[in-house]
Amino acid sequence: MDLQTLSYIFVGATFALYLGIAFWARAGSTGEFYVAGGGIHPVANGMATAADWMSAASFISMAGLIAFNGYGASVFLMGWTGGYVLLAMLLAPYLRKFGKFTVPEFIGDRYYSQTARIVAVVCLILASITYVIGQMKGVGVAFSRFLETSYEAGLFVGMTIVFFYAVLGGMKGITYTQIAQYCVLICAYTVPAVFISMNITGNPLPQLGLGSSLADGSMTMLDKLDMVVTDLGFKEYTTQKLGGTLNMFVYTLSLMIGTAGLPHVIVRFFTVPKVKDARASAGWALVFIALLYTVAPAVGAMARLNLMETIQPGPIGAPDGNLVYEERPQWFKNWEATGLLTFEDKNGDGRIQYYNDKNPEFAAKAESFGWQGNEMVQVDRDIMVLANPEIAQLPNWVIALVAAGGLAAALSTAAGLLLAISSAISHDLLKGVFMPEISEKAELNAGRIAMAGAIAAAGYLGLHPPGFAAGTVAIAFGLAASSIFPALMMGIFNKKMNSQGAIAGMAAGIGVTMLYVFQHKGILFIPGTSFLGDMGANWFFGISPNAFGAIGALVNFGVATMVAKVTAPPPEHIQHLVEDIRVPKGAGGATGH
Amino acid sequence: MSDSNGNAAAYWSANLRLLTMCLVVWAIVSYGFGILLVEPLNAIQIGGYKLGFWFAQQGSIYTFLVLVFFYAARMNSLDREFGVSED
Repeated sequence: MDLQTLSYIFVGATFALYLGIAFWARAGSTGEFYVAGGGIHPVANGMATAADWMSAASFISMAGLIAFNGYGASVFLMGWTGGYVLLAMLLAPYLRKFGKFTVPEFIGDRYYSQTARIVAVVCLILASITYVIGQMKGVGVAFSRFLETSYEAGLFVGMTIVFFYAVLGGMKGITYTQIAQYCVLICAYTVPAVFISMNITGNPLPQLGLGSSLADGSMTMLDKLDMVVTDLGFKEYTTQKLGGTLNMFVYTLSLMIGTAGLPHVIVRFFTVPKVKDARASAGWALVFIALLYTVAPAVGAMARLNLMETIQPGPIGAPDGNLVYEERPQWFKNWEATGLLTFEDKNGDGRIQYYNDKNPEFAAKAESFGWQGNEMVQVDRDIMVLANPEIAQLPNWVIALVAAGGLAAALSTAAGLLLAISSAISHDLLKGVFMPEISEKAELNAGRIAMAGAIAAAGYLGLHPPGFAAGTVAIAFGLAASSIFPALMMGIFNKKMNSQGAIAGMAAGIGVTMLYVFQHKGILFIPGTSFLGDMGANWFFGISPNAFGAIGALVNFGVATMVAKVTAPPPEHIQHLVEDIRVPKGAGGATGH
Repeated sequence: MSDSNGNAAAYWSANLRLLTMCLVVWAIVSYGFGILLVEPLNAIQIGGYKLGFWFAQQGSIYTFLVLVFFYAARMNSLDREFGVSED
């Protein structure tokens, strides 16, 4: 069967499954809509959390980042898993004991302040919207590549599917579909990895394959990769850094704190029955995430090796050492058609030279071979996972499976984010602030309308992605790390933290982070509006803007502690509340009252 | 009343001790072995991995897993010991 028919079958079957689940798991109450009735088993919740967390970025982009950044990409591997340690120990069990529906609700009650609640709602919506745009784009791209539809048509199909199960089922529908989506995405990720690891090293486990010898026994896979890339003037794979050591340190910390502060992840721990389950569930989530995250380094390294060897099959510098352009493989042509892979025959020899022409030492050597610059003008990192099965010449059904997996990853995260946005609007703003007397039925309908509105808005932004979409990940993590995480953590661990301290801390944390990001990328990402003039990139100790959330969090902690010292301590009943959430005994189901 | 307060305080400080211990390990494997000490550790080779590289891309993640389950299990027994369990 040809690839397109297979892709339609795989994607069609998974979509039918999601719709079936949506119909079965309809939400009948606000409790079911916001927290799935609070009765989700911790293992099931862990699986749903993993799907919720692993987005198109984890599925599609991360292995590409690893392939081209080698050791430097460890910041993503450690950052996006280490956050779960913080969640499991510092937040999840206590927020579950508190037993309400949303993150802003906790902040509003703990800091006895509607202002704090509204600040939290704003942070949550900003962080979630910037995140959801990327998911929508992922859906459109996966459709347009594999089903050969237009980007727009792909986006509409994706929106319709999410609409059905998220609006009908709320958190309950989302949870059960996420479990199905996890199964699809993890198969789609590991199956090709097992094949490729077998081919290259003979070891079927990618985690071990990465540290094994090549199938011919000549040398280890990583030594070979180091040799292949350095021979062409690139940095050594296993030691190349992302910025400097300090940048890597702060970057990892920002991603960890940001992960623990992202509201669509935190809210998943409100759905389990007990405090004990919240602790275990964080562990299960990490098990399911680690399944993908420990495979990703192998996928990245092996994709890089395959790519290099495809283009440079013979000795470097020999006249026939490079791939003849006319004999390029089919995947090369497919990705050229998308514009994500571009070749330019600079020296007119009809062969492809792929090397690091930014390395002066090697560039000089290349010139003596008659090479006139790197001819792989563009190799988009995001194509690595999607092209990998084709590069490794795996059967068509594996490629179709990868398409279904990419869609599952993007849809599951989009649904989780949309729920976080709609519950912030219907529960925190409408019921919490503007119409406290609203009936449960009306609130449930409001939640559904907010969800439909959020889907429409996300779809619109997906169709007309603002020019700054690429820079917004820094904002999402920066906001979560610099505002939400510190406010939650101090709310639990510092009994004396008061509303003035928390609000000042959140404002200062966000302020500093935003200033640094905007200084680099322009105010609201409009180029050329960097207000302090040109200060050089990463001027603060070489820290990149994406890595700045940890500094924002430190500022938040510092300012909050100072302000709380000079203002009145929180009232007695709030201090009792904090003492109460610290012990598991007496946790009821999550309620909105 | 004072007794139950004292009990809650003892439970909380036992929790904080456990927490600190876990977070120290968390920081050592990731920030320590994976980033700050990566170069000296890379001199050691395990299988086909340089040790520092292994911690950064594999070992730290496995350690995180063990830590979360260890913490959950220890907390469950602390809950029972101090009589604050939900069951």
